[in-house]
Amino acid sequence: MKAFLKHLRYVLTENPVTLVAGSMFLMLILLGLFGPWIVPYDPLASSPAALQPPSAQHWFGTDQLGRDVFSRVIVATRLDLTIAIVAVALSFVAGSVFGSIAGFYGGWADRIVGRVTDTIMAFPLFVLAMGIVAALGNTVENIVYATAIINFPFYARVARAEVNVRRGAGFVQAARLAGNSDLRLLATQIYPNVLPPMMVQVSLNMGWAILNAAGLSFIGLGVRPPTPEWGIMVAEGATYIVSGEWWLALFPGLALMLAVFCFNLLGDGLRDLIDPRQRT
Amino acid sequence: MTDTTMTPTEGAIPILSIDGLNVDFRTRGGVVHAVRGLGFDVHRGEMVGVVGESGSGKSVTAFNIMGILDSAGQVTGGKVMFRGLDLINAPESALRQIRGREASMIFQNPRVALNPIRTVGDQIEDVLRRHTTILRRDMKQAAIAALDAVRIRDPEDRYNAYPFELSGGMCQRVMIALALACDPDLLIADEPTTGLDVTTQKTIMDLIQDLGRERNLATVLITHDLGLASRYCQRLVVMQSGEVVESAATMTLFTAPRHPYTQKLIRATPRLDSRLADLTGEARAAGSVSAERATTSAEPLLSVRNLVKEFDSGASTGWFARLRGKGTDATPFRAVDGISLDVMAGESVGLVGESGCGKSTTSSIVTRLLDPTEGQVLFDGQDLALIPAAGFALRPERKQIQMVFQDPTESLNPRFTARRCIADPLLRLAGMSDAAAREERVVELADMVGLPVDLLGRFPHQLSGGQKARVGIARAISVSPRLLILDEPTSALDVSVQAIVLNLLADLREKLGMSYLFVSHDLNVVRLLCSRVIVMQAGRIVEEGPASEILSNPRDPYTRALIDAVPHLDMDAANRLAKAEEPA
Repeated sequence: MKAFLKHLRYVLTENPVTLVAGSMFLMLILLGLFGPWIVPYDPLASSPAALQPPSAQHWFGTDQLGRDVFSRVIVATRLDLTIAIVAVALSFVAGSVFGSIAGFYGGWADRIVGRVTDTIMAFPLFVLAMGIVAALGNTVENIVYATAIINFPFYARVARAEVNVRRGAGFVQAARLAGNSDLRLLATQIYPNVLPPMMVQVSLNMGWAILNAAGLSFIGLGVRPPTPEWGIMVAEGATYIVSGEWWLALFPGLALMLAVFCFNLLGDGLRDLIDPRQRT
Repeated sequence: MTDTTMTPTEGAIPILSIDGLNVDFRTRGGVVHAVRGLGFDVHRGEMVGVVGESGSGKSVTAFNIMGILDSAGQVTGGKVMFRGLDLINAPESALRQIRGREASMIFQNPRVALNPIRTVGDQIEDVLRRHTTILRRDMKQAAIAALDAVRIRDPEDRYNAYPFELSGGMCQRVMIALALACDPDLLIADEPTTGLDVTTQKTIMDLIQDLGRERNLATVLITHDLGLASRYCQRLVVMQSGEVVESAATMTLFTAPRHPYTQKLIRATPRLDSRLADLTGEARAAGSVSAERATTSAEPLLSVRNLVKEFDSGASTGWFARLRGKGTDATPFRAVDGISLDVMAGESVGLVGESGCGKSTTSSIVTRLLDPTEGQVLFDGQDLALIPAAGFALRPERKQIQMVFQDPTESLNPRFTARRCIADPLLRLAGMSDAAAREERVVELADMVGLPVDLLGRFPHQLSGGQKARVGIARAISVSPRLLILDEPTSALDVSVQAIVLNLLADLREKLGMSYLFVSHDLNVVRLLCSRVIVMQAGRIVEEGPASEILSNPRDPYTRALIDAVPHLDMDAANRLAKAEEPA
């Protein structure tokens, strides 16, 4: 643990981009955890002061129902992050399991996993997600499932390719000689070596999952008003941009952008953190 | 520093002259001095060998001469003069003129150095187009002539070949053709035969030597192999961690090496008559040979009978052929073609052959990592070939047969510490679930293979090649196997490390009474460790017998070719070379 913290410090100080992304990530997590308690206003409470521009009282202004945009943007962090993290975790686990099996055993396992991922990839992914949510029902859980399903092929393919090249490596043969069964070999010897590229995939996908969830609620699927959520807020605010009330859509959009930006930058740092070869 | 009185071309102006060269690399751990105060001259018509172990700065030197140094590297002092032109301060445009036309380079790995998606002919024409005034219509003829010059058979056919269609030796010939296409004056060969078989190595080196003489080339041979350098070079420059430790005519260097490092290197290079003890210069426990006789019993521990392994030749088993019902027509490729061999208890047997002869397939089958097509693998009377390889890992017999792998880096899991690597078989095979007992055994093993205990917590990338080899050996012997298969255990190591590892293996066998099946391409090394040698070619055994007998009196022509091709550090060859050069 001590060595890990030391390495964490090294990774953060060596690459300023990672440091920036890391602090942004930490901030997002803190806002997600404590957001509802630190915001100045109730995100759902309307007031007569509707459509006020940003001011000292309302940093991000107020919306058409007089709700404080700042509070709503902060509170929305938790929901958006939860959807993204759970969806990515689901596809990460499923992709790792099926991809590793396909890469390790080849043959029929590979063919089946390969064709399933091909089928998913054949659809325009956002349209597929819309279809899944529409078919399963308009709930937050289904947004999570839809996002997980459309992300699955990316993880399965990376895991398959990385496991496949390591299948015949010397250390795998050596582990076989040491009496490891195939499954143990895959789980303890090969898979940990696949983690660094998977982590890069996770971080890129995370931003994408957030966008996807926001996109679905933007078109009215999944999260429903008045729940504070970045996608809905942008959707609702969009109608007011023409009349000059730009802050309604800008701030949630900015939050969305920062979150995606943060996850995209985090990739390299995560990989360095997880790869023991970077520790010197 | 340079013993110029020994050069045959005394007084002539050297074509390449390096003086006081310093190269630094900026890395995460600070500045690394890759080359310090390097200096040597090369004259027309001579071959100078730059010899050193990995990390000695020899490749950096070569890259520097050609001006293709990595951007992290920086020349911080010294001069590289090529025909009066200062290469270090010369503009890139001038260097581009020199590269290929006046100075050429042959790289380590010909397959990587050639562009895989273009034909051999195209690649030669590229060079010709850039550096010569040959007309377009004559270009093809010139390219074919260049291929012909490196003695490629049917150059017209090979002109249209892609690199993947050619063997490694053939690719290296193409590289030489590329390098010599524009008649350069200086040729730099950076480990030109690494990864090639010994017989191929000999033909390639002979070719370089002949072409060098024909064209009066100045050649710089960069190599880690002292034997190879002694066979072909007139003068040698020995490098150690970026510095020249000695520089002299080949004969002088071998008969009277002055620097301790040179002495160590010469000692560590196996010769025809050297014994294991000679390699490290330390006295080994006496009577090791007699001890071997005593422990070798008449009972075969392992006996392989009529072993056959076929692989699908792949070519016509595609879906189209299968669709047409022709998949069965393809004759499978026989990697191992009915071989039988015995390894007695306590005996050490060498299995020698060149790449593709089936020795690795055989060892994989014996290790039970691969299923044979036919035949028996009798271990202590029990036929292990009946147990499928897929389930063998969980059988009690797994403990009895272990293996030391060829590449110590590749065979260690990059995410496991040395401790965990060694402990893994203990946990799985010996069932030592008690962490304290396991740790005790790991320390004992580390001690046995001479690995400092404080290195156990390190990851493979934090260990040196020799240390990784020790971890690999410790892991293999951890469960006290009765048969240890050594798959070229020293081929990735420097000679001085190889000497230590070979000695370690000999000691361990004496101490633990294991049997060895030593798989290697190098007869010289096999002879040191094995009493009996089996020579394989194209899946069959061509010769078998006591090591000393096979080496001194080979019956099979293939064995003879193999023995001849191994570059020995022998004084006679150096002598002959020196004599041949004198009248010139």
